[in-house]
Amino acid sequence: MLSSRDKVRDWLLGIWSALALLYLFIPIFIVVLYSFNDNKGRFNFTWQGFTLKHWAHPFSNSDLTTALQHSLIVAAFTVVIATALGTFMALALVRYGFRGKATTELFVFLPLATPEVVLGAALLGLFLTLHVGTGMVTIIIAHVMFTVSYVVVTVRARLEGMDRHIEEAAMDLGATEWTTFRKVTLPMIAPGVAAAALLAAAISIDDYVVTSFNAGQTQTFPLFIFGATRQGVPAEVNVLATILLLAVLVLMGLNVLVQKARARDEGGGPEAGREQVEELAFDLAEAGARG
Amino acid sequence: MLRLSLKTRRTLLPYLFLGPGLLWLIVFYLVPLINQGGVSLMTGNPEDGYTLTWHFATYTNAISDYSTQFGRSVLFSGIATIACLVIGFPLAYFIAYKAGKYKNFMLLLTVLPFFTSYVLRTVSWQLILNDNGWVVHRFQDVGLLGSNGHLLATNLAVIAGITYNFLPFMVLPLYVTLERLDRRFIEAATDLYASRATAFRKVTVPLALPGIFAGSLLTFIPACGDFINAALLGTPKQYMIGNVIQAKFLNILDYPTAAALSFILMTAILVGILIYARLLGTKSLTEAAA
Repeated sequence: MLSSRDKVRDWLLGIWSALALLYLFIPIFIVVLYSFNDNKGRFNFTWQGFTLKHWAHPFSNSDLTTALQHSLIVAAFTVVIATALGTFMALALVRYGFRGKATTELFVFLPLATPEVVLGAALLGLFLTLHVGTGMVTIIIAHVMFTVSYVVVTVRARLEGMDRHIEEAAMDLGATEWTTFRKVTLPMIAPGVAAAALLAAAISIDDYVVTSFNAGQTQTFPLFIFGATRQGVPAEVNVLATILLLAVLVLMGLNVLVQKARARDEGGGPEAGREQVEELAFDLAEAGARG
Repeated sequence: MLRLSLKTRRTLLPYLFLGPGLLWLIVFYLVPLINQGGVSLMTGNPEDGYTLTWHFATYTNAISDYSTQFGRSVLFSGIATIACLVIGFPLAYFIAYKAGKYKNFMLLLTVLPFFTSYVLRTVSWQLILNDNGWVVHRFQDVGLLGSNGHLLATNLAVIAGITYNFLPFMVLPLYVTLERLDRRFIEAATDLYASRATAFRKVTVPLALPGIFAGSLLTFIPACGDFINAALLGTPKQYMIGNVIQAKFLNILDYPTAAALSFILMTAILVGILIYARLLGTKSLTEAAA
């Protein structure tokens, strides 16, 4: 039985948690709210009434649209390259013993423990030394460099929780290593790889610090926003950010539904949907901190 | 195709898998850091270029000139890390043990910030805290702020911004650790007549230590290098070392000083991690985050 003191304690804990979530949630609410602000002139600083006018022409600011396009292109390349490189590294680290394994693990972890400003500055230093002009290509190089480690950590965590016996069984039944990899290992780690790819995309689209060093004259979505803060961020930014947020939430919702349907087919309970969000939380926790 | 024995292939395969990724990290992470060390020892000026002169004084000058910003980075990040722990631990505890059917929803709200732009969220704090905003007026109404008081452009605003931006990175590892914790230990403690508070203090907190350490590192390290919060929510009086490095590198083009500053920052953090690894073992470092 809970004593009344314990009940009070639980209440306080609940209120504290609600306030903490409110703290996390309020700025996002403001971002969405100000996409409906009927602001006069360029400034979108004070609430001046509700309007849908910014939603009518979300792509009217060509600089902003170009910046968003750049971000999406960079993210696409980053995801493909970093996911491929990172997945194979994770496979090597979990599935094989080899010389220098501990050192490799530490080395792969290091970029996660390096402040972004150091990563960005060091890479720009290299490009300056080699007289490489900065632009889209150098942004992609930089993004792959600091997302690879996230992919390794995420995929590795999934691999470690996987039963090796299934692969061994396939090989015992005469499958070659390549067939086993293609038909057994890859489908089994696919959800982990997908999670890692999504994470890499999210980090890449959102990155300001490293990008600011290696972008040259190229604008990306976060760079545009940061640059715009001096003259006032146009409301279209809020519209596009809200659309991005909605897109992610819809994707997550669909994912939960698919998982639920699959769990129903396989006789699983309603727990499956919860596991999705939980796994996402685990992945983000594993991947460590990046703005 | 080359026919190799199974054994040779099994020894070669891991290196083949690792090769491309390692090469990328060596060329674009390790080499730049080494190069950075070289740049930090150069002298010259933006017009005529820089040459390597082994000028170590750049380091001592950098430390004496920017000790304020270094100190501020450590202070702001330290306060923000503690604030994250104070705000985040009860939240993680509630989600792990008390949320029931709302667990899913609360986790989603915790990760929600990741789905909107970091810079834009910080801009959002500008709107919330600005002098004509609702919050400042309410603070003035209840007398917490004078009629000319500010929230924006203060140390408090920058620390609150950092706390906000890194709070999920504290909550998630804590949640993961608490969720995986064997609750029978807590039950055993209460069976042995420990009060709930004592069980929490003597069992839950010590078992959650890896999560506390991981969360603190994941908050403190990026916070130390952050310059977005100081740039958007503060003034030059709040600038941290990240702001100096960025300005030196991109505006003033004083590459040696910028390189030295980022080297010092990097070294300080690596030393911190090594001390941590010594205390808890390297394995727990990577695993605590998992």
